[in-house]
Formats: sequence, structure tokens, C-alpha cells
Amino acid sequence: MKTFEIQNIKDTRSGFGEGLHELGKQNERVVALCADLIGSLKMDAFIKDNPNRFFQVGIAEANMMGVAAGLTIGGHIPFTGTFANFSTGRVYDQIRQSIAYSNKNVKICASHAGLTLGEDGATHQILEDIGLMKMLPNMVVINPCDFNQTKAATMAIADYEGPVYLRFGRPAVPNFTPVDQKFEIGKALMLNEGTDVSIFATGHLVWKAIEAGHILAEKGINAEIINIHTIKPLDASAILASVAKTGCAVTAEEHQMNGGLGDSICQLLAINNPTPVEMVAVNDSFGESGTPDQLMEKYGLTANAIVEKALKVIARKK
Amino acid sequence: MANIEQLQAISSQMRRDVLRMVHAVKSGHPGGSLGCADFLAALYFHIMKHNPSFDMDAKEEDVFFLSNGHISPIFYSALARSGYFEVSELSTFRKLNSRLQGHPATAEHLPGIRMASGSLGQGVSVAAGAALAKKLNGDKNLVYVLMGDGEIQEGQNWEAFMFATHHKVDNLIVTIDFNGQQIDGSTQKVMGIGADIEDKMKAFGWKVLHMDGHNFESILATMEEAKNATGKGQPIFIMMKTEMGYPVDFMMGSHKWHGVAPNDAELANALSQLPETLGDY
Repeated sequence: MKTFEIQNIKDTRSGFGEGLHELGKQNERVVALCADLIGSLKMDAFIKDNPNRFFQVGIAEANMMGVAAGLTIGGHIPFTGTFANFSTGRVYDQIRQSIAYSNKNVKICASHAGLTLGEDGATHQILEDIGLMKMLPNMVVINPCDFNQTKAATMAIADYEGPVYLRFGRPAVPNFTPVDQKFEIGKALMLNEGTDVSIFATGHLVWKAIEAGHILAEKGINAEIINIHTIKPLDASAILASVAKTGCAVTAEEHQMNGGLGDSICQLLAINNPTPVEMVAVNDSFGESGTPDQLMEKYGLTANAIVEKALKVIARKK
Repeated sequence: MANIEQLQAISSQMRRDVLRMVHAVKSGHPGGSLGCADFLAALYFHIMKHNPSFDMDAKEEDVFFLSNGHISPIFYSALARSGYFEVSELSTFRKLNSRLQGHPATAEHLPGIRMASGSLGQGVSVAAGAALAKKLNGDKNLVYVLMGDGEIQEGQNWEAFMFATHHKVDNLIVTIDFNGQQIDGSTQKVMGIGADIEDKMKAFGWKVLHMDGHNFESILATMEEAKNATGKGQPIFIMMKTEMGYPVDFMMGSHKWHGVAPNDAELANALSQLPETLGDY
């Protein structure tokens, strides 16, 4: 099992903030909007350098999505910033009609996704956003795993023409992807080659998959670990090639089982190569208040949970 | 630029287009379309600076957004009659594989459409964004919106009204079609939007004007006044009084014709009240 050096412990939302700041310098077409959460989204640096390219919309997310769609007419690339809950469920119809169906070049940037938002509780912990967004035609859905990858993804989506949902989070987590790694939309990243089980993880669960890989290695199990940072379009060939080799898969994500990454992978495998799959995800439940670690433990989104599912799915192969 | 006599001829033909389009597919929204025919004729043949060789980014031209997308028949007629596409294409309205979807859409790349609309209450937000884009680009042209009066019940409008004032979006002219009708009855009966809309809009910081949507002198004069009021720190809101179904006698004064197509006899009756001026499609 390959080891990964932790460069530092940082929040993915700060990766977004740095990426946006960098984009502000490089690309004059980039504009930003925020619904009263500048500090939470780490948008301060962009705003300081580009006050004329920033629009505060207040606590009015529906209007923000419409204004962003309108800003594309004339060639701008709007990045909207608010929590994941208010970036998706609250404004679904605005996104559906004015952004996805109209195919506008809006980048919906969503922080505080999932349980790791923590103490604020279930009203703010959206676990359905990947599903909501991936169902929309034209929409690209990206969930990077650490600070470096979130920064790279933020910059990469400016070069892609079309609507994108970029999901990241609040807590500080291990930052381990290479600082200069190019972000390619829709291209899965092989982290560890293995033969016994494929572990497909996204977002904060990627590091937990690596931890699980070490535990499995101690048990003599050689896990293949793949970072699926883009849930849509899904890297079908990478996933199919991996399970062709391993014969079973575990999916891992900070999201509902319904509608998430695991659901997309099960669909792909059921159609192309029926394979035993186990899923690490929230099982049809809302979250609650607690620290991020307590919540991940309680809802079973841990390295140990991935190990357990890996052992179970390997047994199912026989 | 069409004069008033020409505009009257154009709008009569556009109304014929609307009735024939909805009759052909036994669906669509004739009432509001007929009521807004004069305004859209004036907009596309007199008021706006626009280029029928369509460019999505609308650089160096005025832009129009239809927020109440259900009156698509009159929008399509205005676009076809002003040269965005062949008038013969109006016959494909609401049919399979048509660019003229039931509600306006960009997916089929119909020239003249920059945003899907149909789900109500989104046009003012979009237009405010497009107006800000013009400011960022140093483009002095204007952004126009037409919205329905029932549509103002959607909360997003009020977010957009607040936003446009706060950000001094003063290159934006929103016209509301005040016909007083919506699907379930009169707007006051369904959900009282208030006789005091003018006060509400003024309280939100907008400059408010009034016009008679069936009088070209009033339309042209008011729109000229609106243009002259742009660039002064305030967005502009025009209360346009119209009658749903105007001027077809049996269609006026009721919400009945909001979303119902005429049958053969009703079509013949309606067309007999509207001179064919430019040739039917």
C-alpha cells in the first residue's frame, strides 16, 4: 500500500478561496456572487482585489442563481458561493430552468456539504446535493478531496464551458494531493493499484479510503483505491477496468446512499458488468448536531466502516 | 423603425399568428399573448436596438427577456416577423422536434431566445444579471423585461427588485402586463397583489411609469421616457394596462382564454376581427 505524505491539515473551502483569488488575477471574465457568507466561503481575497467583479446578493439565493445566469450573457463566468444546502435544494428550480436547461456557464460553488458541517445540525447538513445536481442534464458534479485538489478544481472549471456544481466542506482535513496536480474534469485518479477490491471514494472519504487501505494491507488485502472527484461525468472506463481486475467494489462518500456516487457506480456496473458492491454512505437519514468526527463515526463514514464493507464484499465474490 | 400606422399593421398580423399557432396544436396561451401584442410589436419594430443575426452575448445591442414564458406565441411571432427566423417556422409551434417549444428555451438554439422561461418569477433576476454584465463590459445598451402581473406573487421577484435597487441597476426596464387575470381568476381574488403595486415598487426604490398597452402613442412615449430615465441610479418599472385577449370581443375581460385554444369556429370569428396585413405564415 502506497503511503501519502500529509502536507498540512486544511479545509477544502480555503482551497476554493485560493483558487478563486488566483482566477481573479488570471481571468477577467470571472465574477463572483455571495449570499451573505463571504467569510465562510473564503471569498475575501477575491473581493479585495476585484471589488467591481463581486456582487453581494444578501440572503436571497434564488435571485443569486438568476443573476448569475444573466451575467453569463455578455461573456462573464459567474461563481456563486453559499452553503451546499442553499446552493441546491433551496434553489433547485432556478438552477434547473435558468442554469441547467438554459445551459449557462455558471459555477455553483458549495461549501459546508455533508455531516462535517457539524454542530449546526441537519437543517444545514445537506446529504442530497450530489443526487439533486447529477440528475440535471448539462450539469457537471465535482467533489474534490482536499485543499490542493479543491483549488485546482476551482481553477479548472473556469476553463470548462457549461454549468458546474463544485462541492466542498468546512473541516480541516489532510491535504495530500500533489500541489501541482492538474485537475481533469471526469478523470478518476488512481491512488493505489490493487487486486482484491476496488474502493471508489469521493470528497472527504478519499483520505479515509487511504487509511482503510493501510488497515486492509495489514490483513493481507491488496485494495485498489481510486479518487472519483467527478461524479458526473463518471469515469466509466476507469471504474470498469478496475472491477474487471478486482471483481468487487466499495463506494464511499459523505452523502445519502440514494443519489450519490455509489448509486452512480451501481448503475454503471449493473448495466455493464454486474459486480458485488457495498456502499459506505448515509442510509436514508438526516444528520444531527455534533462534532464532525462524532458525526462521521455515528453515521458510519469511517476508515473502519470501509474496511468492514471491503471484507464483506470480498466474501461475496466467492 | 416602424411608425404607428405600420405598428398597428404588424401587431394585427402578430395576433393572427398567435391565434393560428395555438389553434393548430389545440394548446398554448392566447389571452396574454394577444394582450401583449402591441407592446412586443413596439419593442421589436421601434424601441429596441437589436440584431436579428443573433448573438447570445448581445454585445452592443439591447436585450429582451420574457419572464412570463407562457406567452411564447407572441414572442415567437415578434421574433419571426422581425427577421430572427422564417415566419413559416411558426407552423411548428409546440410540435415534436420544433425549435418553438411550448415555453421559450435555448436548448434548440432558436435565434432570439437567451434564457428559458416558463417557471415564473425568474426573469427579473436574469435580466438584472445581464444588465450588470453590460455595465462590466462598458456596453451602454439596455435590458428589457416583460413579466406578468400574477407572476409578481413569486417571491423571487421581490429579491430581484431589492437587488436591482441596491446595486443601482439603472440600465434595466421592467414592464409588467397588468391585465388583472391569472389562471384561477382575477389577480385580486386569487392572491391580492394590491392596487398599491406602484407604492410597493417605489418603496423598493424603483422609478415607476404607467402606460396603456393598447395605445401606441402611449407605449412609444412612455418607453422613450423610460429610456431617458436610465443611467440615473434607479431601475425602471412600467405598469402596462392591458386586457387579456384584446381586441377579440369574445376573448376579452376574462381569464378564460389564458391557456385555452380556440376551436375552428372561434378561430374564424377571431380572425375576422383582425386584418391580415403582412400575409399569414
